[in-house]
Amino acid sequence: MTEAVMESGVESTGKQGVVDDWSQDKQVFGVPWGKAMMWIFLLSDTFIFSCFLVGYMMVRVSTTDPWPNPSEVFGLNLFGFDVPLLLIAIMTFVLITSSGTMALAVNMGYRKDKNKTFWLMVATAVLGATFVGMQAFEWTKLISEGVRPWANPFGAAQFGSSFFMITGFHGMHVSAGVIYLLIVAFRVKRGYYEKRGANYEIVEITGLYWHFVDLVWVFIFAFFYLW
Amino acid sequence: MAAEGQQHPLRVYWLMWGALFVLSGFSYATDFMDDGPVRTFMILLFMMLKAGGIVLIFMHMGWERLSLKIAILGPPVAILVLIWLMSFEGLYVEDSRLENYGESTFEPQELPHH
Repeated sequence: MTEAVMESGVESTGKQGVVDDWSQDKQVFGVPWGKAMMWIFLLSDTFIFSCFLVGYMMVRVSTTDPWPNPSEVFGLNLFGFDVPLLLIAIMTFVLITSSGTMALAVNMGYRKDKNKTFWLMVATAVLGATFVGMQAFEWTKLISEGVRPWANPFGAAQFGSSFFMITGFHGMHVSAGVIYLLIVAFRVKRGYYEKRGANYEIVEITGLYWHFVDLVWVFIFAFFYLW
Repeated sequence: MAAEGQQHPLRVYWLMWGALFVLSGFSYATDFMDDGPVRTFMILLFMMLKAGGIVLIFMHMGWERLSLKIAILGPPVAILVLIWLMSFEGLYVEDSRLENYGESTFEPQELPHH
């Protein structure tokens, strides 16, 4: 059966597809190696962020000090109204917008539209930098109010520890992503990939990393800011 | 498909983008709900819908072969066991702290107005 499949060149799907992928003497996943490696890196990163979030759950459950209400801690006063979690909500929308421009950039890359790919990637990087800037503002505000990784005047000290560690690590990922995006974007513009058979797979691989950063934020938003 | 890469109609991305905006709006709206199991459920529901949309559509996992889906999406399931174990452990630590050190005497400071 498998020989017949190999000879006919028709790829089997479903359960039989999994068996064939692993048993035939070929690359298992049927994707370029760069994409498979990015997925495996993202899988390892998933475990890192999961461990952070589980650690945060553990210290939040075990502390006997009161946990501050994130909705008030991250609230902003706008035109005389206290709007809960406003800055975080704006950051969420900025990151989602950047995910959208990235998805379009990947699509334009496969259409070999160099110019649109470049500008959409630059737009993604600008939105990412905006996100990091807003995070810097948020950190500054909390630090000026006396929140530290080891102390917190509004409740459990563990709030400060998990906040700076989790958002700091995420912000570092966003910053690295902005640099990565800009490098690939300028290579696209310069025609670097055109010389390599107009292969824009790299744009999709960069996109995987960027969407992952957005994905992690979805979990941080739910567990740290909303819970 | 693999040689061609992931090419899909633009409409798919616009729809997903719009859905993410709406779902994020709903996520934010849960902050105005009263605490309780309903709110917790809503937070988790919108989180899973958003995460699923990003992975399946934006990251194209929905169109990849089953082998890759299993290899990447399977292992994180193990994290559920860690969550389960650590929530028990956390509650135990809290109990023993209460038993040995008593209730917290921490006086939270009033939050400043921004």
